[in-house]
Order: sequence, then C-alpha cells, then structure tokens
Amino acid sequence: MSADSGHARRLLGVAILVAILALLGPRLVGWTQFLLTVALGESLAVIGVALLMRAGLVSFGQGLFSAAGAYAVAYAMRLWGVHEAFVLLAVAIVTSIVLAAVIGPLICRYRQIFFAMISLAFSMVLYSILLKFNALTGGSDGMEVPAATVLGFHASAGGLAASYYYLTLAWFGAALFATAVYCASPVGYLARAVRDNEIRLEYLGASVRDVTFRTYLFAAALTGLSGGLFALSVGHVSPTLAYWTKSGEFIFAALLGGTSSPFAPVVGTVVFESLNSYLSASFPNVWQMALGVVMLAIILLLPRGLWSIYQTLAARRAR
Amino acid sequence: MSEPILEAVGLRKRFGAVVACDDISVAFGAGELVGVVGPNGAGKTTFVNVVTGYVTPDAGHIRYRGREHDALTPRGAVALGIARSFQHPQLYASLSVLENALIALAVKRKEHASWQPLKRKWALDEGHALLERFALDEVANTEVSQLPEGRRKVLDIALSFALEPSVLLLDEPTSGVSAREKFALMDTVTGVLAQTEMTVLFIEHDMEIVERYAHRVLAFVEGRIIADGRSADVLADARVRELVLGIAEGA
Amino acid sequence: MSAILVDGVVYASWIFLVSVGLTLVFGVLRILNLAHGSLYAVGAYMGAWLVVRYFHAGMPLALSFALLLAGALIAGLVLGPLIERLLLRHTYGRDEVMQLLVTYALFLILGDLTKLVWGVDPYYAYAPYSMLGNISVGTIPYPRYDLVLIGIAVIVGVALWLITNRTRFGRLMTAVIRDREISTALGINVPLVCTAAFTIGAVLAALGGAFTAPTISVVPGIDVTVIVLSFAVVVIGGLGSLEGAALGSLIVGIARAAAVHLFPDLDLVAIYLVMTIVLIFKPQGLFGRAEVKRL
Repeated sequence: MSADSGHARRLLGVAILVAILALLGPRLVGWTQFLLTVALGESLAVIGVALLMRAGLVSFGQGLFSAAGAYAVAYAMRLWGVHEAFVLLAVAIVTSIVLAAVIGPLICRYRQIFFAMISLAFSMVLYSILLKFNALTGGSDGMEVPAATVLGFHASAGGLAASYYYLTLAWFGAALFATAVYCASPVGYLARAVRDNEIRLEYLGASVRDVTFRTYLFAAALTGLSGGLFALSVGHVSPTLAYWTKSGEFIFAALLGGTSSPFAPVVGTVVFESLNSYLSASFPNVWQMALGVVMLAIILLLPRGLWSIYQTLAARRAR
Repeated sequence: MSEPILEAVGLRKRFGAVVACDDISVAFGAGELVGVVGPNGAGKTTFVNVVTGYVTPDAGHIRYRGREHDALTPRGAVALGIARSFQHPQLYASLSVLENALIALAVKRKEHASWQPLKRKWALDEGHALLERFALDEVANTEVSQLPEGRRKVLDIALSFALEPSVLLLDEPTSGVSAREKFALMDTVTGVLAQTEMTVLFIEHDMEIVERYAHRVLAFVEGRIIADGRSADVLADARVRELVLGIAEGA
Repeated sequence: MSAILVDGVVYASWIFLVSVGLTLVFGVLRILNLAHGSLYAVGAYMGAWLVVRYFHAGMPLALSFALLLAGALIAGLVLGPLIERLLLRHTYGRDEVMQLLVTYALFLILGDLTKLVWGVDPYYAYAPYSMLGNISVGTIPYPRYDLVLIGIAVIVGVALWLITNRTRFGRLMTAVIRDREISTALGINVPLVCTAAFTIGAVLAALGGAFTAPTISVVPGIDVTVIVLSFAVVVIGGLGSLEGAALGSLIVGIARAAAVHLFPDLDLVAIYLVMTIVLIFKPQGLFGRAEVKRL
C-alpha cells in the first residue's frame, strides 16, 4: 500500500474536477447549467448523509440542516440586509453547526433505526414550525430569496445563473476537498470504526460519542452549505426542504452513488437530479415508484452503489 | 512481590441469582504472567469485565498503582493503562488488518482530531512494525472479515498491545483456535510480551497452555478464587483438580 | 380540561389502532416498517372506495361497518403475505438500517401504486360518520363515531393481548420475539410466524386506515403523517411492546389534545417533545428492554 504523503493528491483530484466543470460551464445550455448548479449544491447534503452512513448512521432528517441553511440565508438577507453570497453562505454553515451542536449530544446517543427516526422527528419539528408560523416564515409558500452579490459584483439578470454556477462550483470544490481530507484522516477512519465495532473503539480509549458527534457536525455543516446554495440558486425557500421525503432523496442519492469515496455521492446526486428532472416531469405518477424500484435494486444487487462499478473496473485494469 | 500494580479489593457482582464475583480480592505485580482457570460460569470473564470497566461492580473497587477506582469505564481503564482482548475478537471487520492497526496506533497517539492523513509514511511503518511483531504483516492488506479465527485473535491482542498498557487482560486467547495453532499463537504473543514489563492475565481452558506459559495461576469457582499461586502448585491442588479439571482424587 | 381528556382519549384510540401493528411487526421481525403508513393508506382507500361504491343512502348502517372491515381485511390479507414473502424475507439477518431502507423503497412504491389504483382525487366516505350523529358529553357535542373508534381500539387491544398471552400462536410469537435463534433451534417455524405476524400488522394498519376513512378526506399523503406519529408512539412505549404502544398512545393522545387546545400550532412539536423527553430519561422507551451485548 502506498503511503499517503499529504493532501496534495486530494487537492489535485478536486482541482481537476472543478477545472473540468468550470470549463464546461459556458458550453452548457441554460437549463443544464442550472440543473448542474442545483445538483452540485445538493451533492454536498448527500455527501453529509454518506459520511454519516460510513459511521453506520442513516439520517432520515438531514433536510433539517438544508432547511436551516436555506432559511438562514433568507433571513440574513431580509433582517440584516446582507447581500454578499460568501457571507450568506458562511451564515448558513454557522447556523447549521450551531443547530447540530445543540441537538447532536442527544441524537448521537442513538444508533440504527433510532438514529434514523429521531433525526426524522427533529426535521419534522422544524418542518411544522416553518409551516405553522406563517407570519415569520411565509408558511407553506416560503420566502423569496432575492439575487445576491458575488464578491461585491451585481450580476446582470442574464449573468446571474452563470455567476451562481461558479459560486456553487467554488464552494463545492472547497467542501469536496475538506471531505476528502476528513475521510483520509484518523477521524474519518474512526467513523468507519464506529460502524464496525464500538466496543473495540472504546477499548482503544477513543470516545465513540466524540467521533459520531464530530461526524454529525461536519455533515451538518456540509448540508447547511448545501441548503444555502439551494436558496441562492433557486431563489426561493420553503418548508418542504425539511420534509422527511427530501431527506429520503438524499439517502437515495447516497445509496445510488455509494459511500466509499467522497466523489461517489456526487455521482449519485448528479444521476439522481438528472433522472429527477427528466422523469418526474414525464412520468409524474410513477416517478416515486420508479425510485423505489431502483432503490430496491441497488440495495439488493449493488449495495456499494454506482461507484463500486468504477472501483471494480479500476481494480481490473490495475491487475 | 514488590508494590502491586493492580489490585481488586472485595469485588462483588451478581446477575440475578448468579453471583459472578463473590468478594474477590487479588493483587498483581509488574511483569507477572498469570493464567486464570475455572469452569464455565465461574466468573472469570466477569472479573475481566469489571477490571476493564465494562461492568460496574456491586461492591468493592479497583486499586491501580495505589489509587482507588470505584466505577471505571472502558475508556477510563485504557487511560490508566489497562487494556484487554476478547474471547470473540472485537475488530473492524470491513477494514484491512493494517487499517485496524493504524487506527489503534492513531488513538494511542491521541490523533482523534488530527487532519493529517492516517496513512502517512512513518505511521505506515509503525503499523507494519506492529503487525510484524505479531506475524501478521503478510495479511496486512486483507480485509479482517476474510481472516481466519486464529489470525483475528492475534490481531485483537495486537490492537490492545499497541496501546502499550501496563496491564493486559486476554480473554481466552486460544479458544476457537485449532490445537496445532494454539502453541504457535501463544509463542508469538508471549514472545512479544516477554520484551516488555506488562502484567498479563490470560483466561485459559487448556491446562497444557496454562502449564507451559503461566508463571502464576488463579483458579475461579462459583465467583471465588479457590487457589492462587505458582502454576505447578495450583494445578496440583486437590480442589482445583476436582472442581476445575474434573479429576476426582484417587480415581 | 375535560375536553382535553376526552379528545385525548379519542385521539389515543385512533393512534393506538394505527401504531400497534408497527410495534408488533418490529417485535417479531425486528424490522421497522416505514411502509406501515402505506398499508394504512391502502386500508383507508379500500374502505372509502367500498363505502362510496356499495353503500348508498338507505342501506343499514351496519353494512358500512362491514364494508370498512372487509376493506381492511382484503388489503391486509393480500398485501401482508405478499410483502413479507417476496421482499422482507430476503432481508432477514441484514443490517437493520438496510431493512429500514427496503421498507422506505416499499413506501415509495406503494404510494404511487395507490395513486394509480385510486387516482389523486379525494374520496369522501363520511356517511358512516355523519349517520351516527352526535352525543353530548357535558355541554360539548361529540361525534358518536369517535366512540366506535374507542371501541375498536379496545377490542383490538384486548384481542391482541389474548392472542399473545392465551394462544399457542401467541406463545410461539413471544418465543420468536425473545430469541429468534433459540426458537429456530426449538423447531418453531420462525418464517411462518414472521409471515403471520407481518400479516396481522398489515391488517391492523389497514383496519386503522379503513375506520379512519369516514373521518377524513382520503387523499395521497395520508401515509406519511401516520408513520411519523406511530413511530413516536412506539418509541415512547418501547419498540415491540404491546403495553408500551397502549401507554404511548395515551400519552401522545393527551399531549396532542392539550397542544391543540392550548397551542394549536404546535401539536406535532408537542408529540416530539414528549418523545424526546422520554428518550432522554428512558432511551429504551417506557416498556422497552435494554440489551447488553455479551463479550
């Protein structure tokens, strides 16, 4: 096994992907560019879900943090008059981390279906608060998010989509690199160790709760960023972000892509969002059913996701 | 014996009607290699569980390097310098043997929160060195779930050893290992341990193993220690022969 | 205050009816069935559809109840064994979370199937509800139908208790709940017990749905609320415990009724608040058993 000399290789990998996407940007038709903007933003939430899965934790309530991030952006604009996208996204991340720091100590005591369902419960609480407090949240209609400035520049109406594409790409690249670093670091491995055997971890002298809590915080930060990016690029926030089926979509995308590499959930999300935008429009009545069937097929036939196909091929070529 | 490193003082633990530890008091010195024998249900594993903080005693306490500890936790025990292995190896099944070792070493170095890669060059060297000592390096890249039981037992011990504890408790290191491999396993493990000052307790059902490797033997019956002394003496003791070995005197 | 109590008991009966199947299935199969809400929805559609189609004004009231019951039985007895045999059976022994995801996939599939079969327009089957009229408790009028719901919940609860404690099948089921491996070793036909238990759970979900149908407009999306509420009930009571489901229902029912009367916007929040408090103090739920791993 080759030694891991540092994070340079990871930085290079992420940089190449981001460069390709950046060069691709101007060549995309308007709506594919928008689709990719949304997908890259959403992939950060899916990465968050995947990181928790690596630790054996399935969050059916990750939408809690997308909604928190998205509404944080909307409120920061409305209440404080902040319009700089980088500041807004920082607010989104901090909001999610604070929220995760409050509920994390409770939720990280649980595993398996308890973790899944309690995370679901928390997101549904936020959902009903967002839904019921009309005066503050706009109820089921949600709130409009006006155009933000990117590094001080006001994009023209025509250039807004493109500026958001590059904005998303920049944050996406940074977050993906952070994830790659996390996965290669001791904490990343300890998270996988939690899934495999908590008793051994405690008998090595490590705190299982610390490991799960850190993972939970990191996943929340990524998901909050994802929600903030969503609010900006779509220009609208609504309570459905916190609804549990939204979290179900994250899980679906994570399962589809796989969790063995930081890139895998990105693949899963892009495939999912593409399918979503084509198929849900053409076959609205059987779209959920198709999702369910594909999900069953993945769980039963390809439990490590699409990424495992690439891994198998790569391993074969190496031999 | 010089100043004991680990003492159990009046440990009691019952599970329902079963008294697993009945007023156990015993002391261990540095560098001792102690075999623990007794029939199933005699309280051997419970004793290890209490000493390593998996089970809280109903009464009594542990004294470690002269300080008293009422209720330890596994992490607390490890922090003091008490580590253990398990009858059923507790490992990271989906990770490779080397990764298991690297995790143990990283935790030992308190790198839980480090952003440095786990697999840095010198960390890998350290991991391979650990595996080599336990003759596991040839399977370094094998996923633990694919490992035979004997190797898993050794890896389990190696992970505890990596913590460089002062006291190491091995719960049935040779159970589930073929008769032929048992001695090789014990040779490897005791060979490594002999180079250290670790106090080692091992629970063992095979008396040949106990006779060959233990310097001192504790015999447990129904939650009590019925004999404690040099291994030859204890194994020759009439009550031990009857209650532990099932050999009736004069038969 | 008394209004809270009455509403609470009514709501508790309803939620016991829809959640008890979930806890039974979890107890025996060790699977938390997210599609439980879908089975509830199918039961509601079956019941509403039968009532709308066959029960015209002028027919005896009892017939509508028979139709609701028939709808529930058909839905549960067909879907229960089908799902357990074709799908869940292949997941036994796998990771709990994977099983949860399998039932989530099932939830997605059943949601669309329901829409394909019954369309997206609401079904109104108010007849049995309105025909029973009201009864006055103190000065406040209450629908008589609510009494029927309480009655059904009590009957279901007693019947389940009798089945588990007084019949041979109940003893087999209890054995499987206690220890699956030992049960297999003892020669109990564990797969059959699982099929039966899942079917009972499915029938109970459908029964809850069918008898709820006259009180609501049956539309897509009713499956979701139910699974979320049932889970809260079952967690409060302790996963797999019948007594726990009963007590959990009562607690959730009264908490929700209190919230509806005092802070009408926060009913769901109140329920989860109760659940969170219970979990902080009793992580296994009120009647749950803590499992300690043997080393």
